[in-house]
This record gives sequence, structure tokens and C-alpha cells, in this order.
Amino acid sequence: MNSRFPNKLLPYLLLLPSVVVVIVFLIVPTIQSLYLSFFRVSPFGDRLIFVGWYNFTKLFKSSDYVDSLMITLIFAVFVVIIGLTVGMLLSVLLNQRLKGLQFYRTLFIWTYAISPAVAGTIWALMFSPSSGPVTYLLKTFFGAEVNWMMDGRVALLAVIIAASWKMLGYNIIFFLSGLQTIPQELTEAAAIDGASSVRRFFRITVPLLSPTTFFLLIMNTLYAFFQVFGLIDIMTKGGPGDATQVLVYKLYRDGFINLDTGFASAQSIVLFVFVAILTVLQFRFAERKVFYG
Amino acid sequence: MKQRKSSVFLSYLILTLAIVAIMFPIYYAFTMSTFNEKEAYSFPPKFLPSVHAFDNYVKAWETVNMGRLIFNSSFIAVTVALAKIFLSMLAAFAFTYFGNFKGKFFFFTVILITHMLPLPIRIVPTYELMRTFGWVDTYRALTIPFFASATGTLLFRQLFMTVPSSLSDAARIDGAGPMRFLFSVLIPLSKTNVGALFLIEFTYMWNEYLWPMIVTNSNNMRVVQIGIKMLLASEAQAAEWNIIMAGAIIAMIPPLIMLLLFQKTFMEGFSLKEEK
Repeated sequence: MNSRFPNKLLPYLLLLPSVVVVIVFLIVPTIQSLYLSFFRVSPFGDRLIFVGWYNFTKLFKSSDYVDSLMITLIFAVFVVIIGLTVGMLLSVLLNQRLKGLQFYRTLFIWTYAISPAVAGTIWALMFSPSSGPVTYLLKTFFGAEVNWMMDGRVALLAVIIAASWKMLGYNIIFFLSGLQTIPQELTEAAAIDGASSVRRFFRITVPLLSPTTFFLLIMNTLYAFFQVFGLIDIMTKGGPGDATQVLVYKLYRDGFINLDTGFASAQSIVLFVFVAILTVLQFRFAERKVFYG
Repeated sequence: MKQRKSSVFLSYLILTLAIVAIMFPIYYAFTMSTFNEKEAYSFPPKFLPSVHAFDNYVKAWETVNMGRLIFNSSFIAVTVALAKIFLSMLAAFAFTYFGNFKGKFFFFTVILITHMLPLPIRIVPTYELMRTFGWVDTYRALTIPFFASATGTLLFRQLFMTVPSSLSDAARIDGAGPMRFLFSVLIPLSKTNVGALFLIEFTYMWNEYLWPMIVTNSNNMRVVQIGIKMLLASEAQAAEWNIIMAGAIIAMIPPLIMLLLFQKTFMEGFSLKEEK
């Protein structure tokens, strides 16, 4: 415990700026979202009509919304699995004491600095139906004609690849720093005892790395749900059809293009439930040390 | 530890293949930004750079008034990063050096709750709030709502808790007040964390897309990320990929420079979970 300064008022003054920002720009608008989710805007847009749970029942009766939910889940599951497995494998290889790996590490974390929008732009080019390298490779080597602007499944695959690629740098950064905390003696002792490198990986590295993996599981899920708007907007705008319309994109459309405020707010509240569950999981299972008092 | 040669070779092989696969899109984006229109659409695609880079970058720059966009993005990213660092330091200081003042747990929860409220959850009312304040299309809307940082508060709180209490004892005996102690002892001790946090927050704000798109509408207030969207949309028919990629390369350079500058600090300062 740190020794204390005796001031009574000062701690409140120090907290004031942060607390004001959180209350005004985060908490109050969230409560308003909740409030608005029980209302509908009148046809002339001039007043609110209380509609009870109508917006929520409309949500789950709407096949558009259920489709969007399913697409988001598929998208998130793939982004998380690709991000964690590829990230972990590459990090373990990068963590060896070998010549030149510092240079490799620098290259591998590059994509952290790339925005979802830029990642989307680059992958839109890669998949470009007329002359993109991916299209070209698939055509030359497999004779496959893919057009992600026509085929919804290809489009979903393309946004999954782009999103996982962008997140790889972030995952490697955290896996590498997690690997630093695993004592080298442990793996060395196991090696002397004759454990193969595959066995060492599964019996020592994976379990000891699990706090980092869990942290990244949460962060990647949040990313897949909330931070891919720019990527989707640049690459597909939710299309073709609604094949890549993830929840945030639908929310944006209903809130800012269709101007269906109540309906959009109900979607916000459903998203909030997702985050709340994730946060509770994080607090329950994440390493206590982060918050130790 | 001695490793067998075959496993070393295999490691290099896998890593090299992976790096080629991961860097290729960036390489190809750059290559595309050096093509003229005809080269950009050749099939099979060309994979070696051409000589038209200068024209493309100039055109991308002029089409969307890139200078202004870069200024806006930089201004926003630096302001938010610095404000977040400063405010979260103040908060962390309050949580660690003033005992159990009344409401401490409540305020701690309020700041931590930031984690639970990503923008999409409150986007419609926050936008309405900007209209009420008359902040639409201003720097205020692009910066102030982002000033609170739960990550920063936790990071600095954890750091401050590990500072030996002999330091604050000495400060008090010398008659130095708390603010003096914060500025002359704690802040200089926090350099690594400040560097790490600056990189994270700068990158985060530079890359932000949804909020600037909604809350700005004049070309003077647009940011770089939206500039790319404008380049994509400005083409009536087919996308001019060479120009668009010039824009994308410009957009990715500043955070990349930050990453390279702060890489070491970042790796050290953000091993959050280690007790140092």
C-alpha cells in the first residue's frame, strides 16, 4: 500500500475530468439508447410513440436481423479461430533464440498499424474480379472463377480473410509478450527429459499461455463485433445482397439511413448484452493480477 | 538451448513463407500505386513496380485534399492520445495515493465501464448529443468524447502501486505536495507506459472510421480514412486502383512510423500482466 497524501478534496478533482467524460458521452447516451428502444418515431419525425417491447419482437421476427446475427457469429468465429491459432503458432516460432528473428518480428506486427478501412481496400484489390491476384491465382491453378461481388459466400470469406489479416499483428504482439513470461528453464528441462517440441508446445506452452489466449479471445471477439465497420463499408457495404451485413453495419443502416431510431436502439441494446456477457467472462476468468488490489 | 538443425531450418522456412504471404498484399498495394491505368488492369496482373508512382500519389493527394485530411487525422490522434494519457494518469493517481476516500469504488467502476460501452451501443444518442451541443462537423466532436481511458487508468494504477512508498514518504517529509510528487516523481517513472499508450491510442484514433464518417460532413473536416472511401467513390465507373492504392499507402504510413518508433517501448510497456 502506498503511503497517503492527506488531501480530502484533491482525489475528487483528479477524477473529475475522466468521470465527466464517461458520464456525459458514454453512460447517458447508453441509457438513452435503452430508453429509445421502447419508442418509435412518429411518421413526421416530430415525436416519440411508446411501443413497449415492439422493437425487440420486431428484431427477432425480422429475418434480415436474424440473418445478420448469424453472419456476425460465423464471421466472429472464423476471425477468432484464425487469429488465435495462426497468431499463436507464429509467435511460438518467433519466440525462439534465432538469428534475424527481430527483423521478422518487426514485419509480423506491421498489420497492427493498418486500419480496418485500409485492410479492406487492400483486400478488395486482392479479390478484384477483373485483375486481382487472388482471382488470378485461383483461375490459373484451380480453374475456378470466383467473383466476390456476385457470390455471397466468397464475399464473406474475403472479409474474414481481410479482418483476420489485419488483427494478426495485434495477436502476435500480445502472444509474444505472453511468451516472455514463460520461464525458459521449464521448456529446457522438458527438452532434456526428452519431450518432443510438439509435446512441449501442447503440455507447457499452451497451458501457460492460456491467460494471454483468453485475453485475446475476448479482444478478437470484440473486434469482430465492433471494429470492422470500416472494413465492411469499404469492401462490400454489406453485400452482395445482405451476405456480409454484420450487426454493426445493419445498425448503422437502420439508425442513420433508414432513420428508424427505435429499431436501431433495440439493436444497440442487444449488442450491449453481448458486451456485458463478454465483460463478465473476462472479469471472472481473466488473470486476477491485472486488477489485483 | 541447442536445437537440431532440421528444426531450425523448418522454423525459418515456415516463418519466411508466412511473412511472404502476409506482406504480399502490402507489397502488391504498393506495386499497384506505381502503375498507370493500363498496367493496373492488365490480366494476368503485373507483380513488379512500374514508374508512375509520382503521378498517382499527386492525383490521390489532390483528388481528396490529402494535406488537410492528414492534418485533421494527426491533430485528432495526437490530441486524443495525449488527453487520454493525462486524464488517466490523474485518475490513477487519485486511486493509488489517497487511501479509501468515499466513493472510490463507485468512481473506479464508472471509469472501468468504458470497456463495456463501445460506440455502436450508443451511437444514435451520442450523435444527437453532438447536434444538441452544436458540435457536428467540429474537432470537439472528433476528440472530446474519446478522452476517457479505462485501459490507461488501469495501466497507470498498476504502475503507481508498484512505486516504493519510500518515495512518497520522502516527498511528504520534504514538504512536497501531491501534485508536485505526481509531476516530478511519478510521471518521469511512467515513460515506458506513456510510450506504449501513446502508440495504442494514436493508432486507434488515426484508424477510426465510423465516428468521423457520421459526425463530419464538410470536406474540410474529413479524416484520412474517409479520404480512402472518397477515392473509391469518386470513380464513376471502374475503380482506379492505382490512385486508390496511392491513397491507402499514404493512410498507413503515419501509424506505421509510430509503431516502428515505439515498438520496443510498446512490447515492454504493454506486458500488462507482468508484475515488475
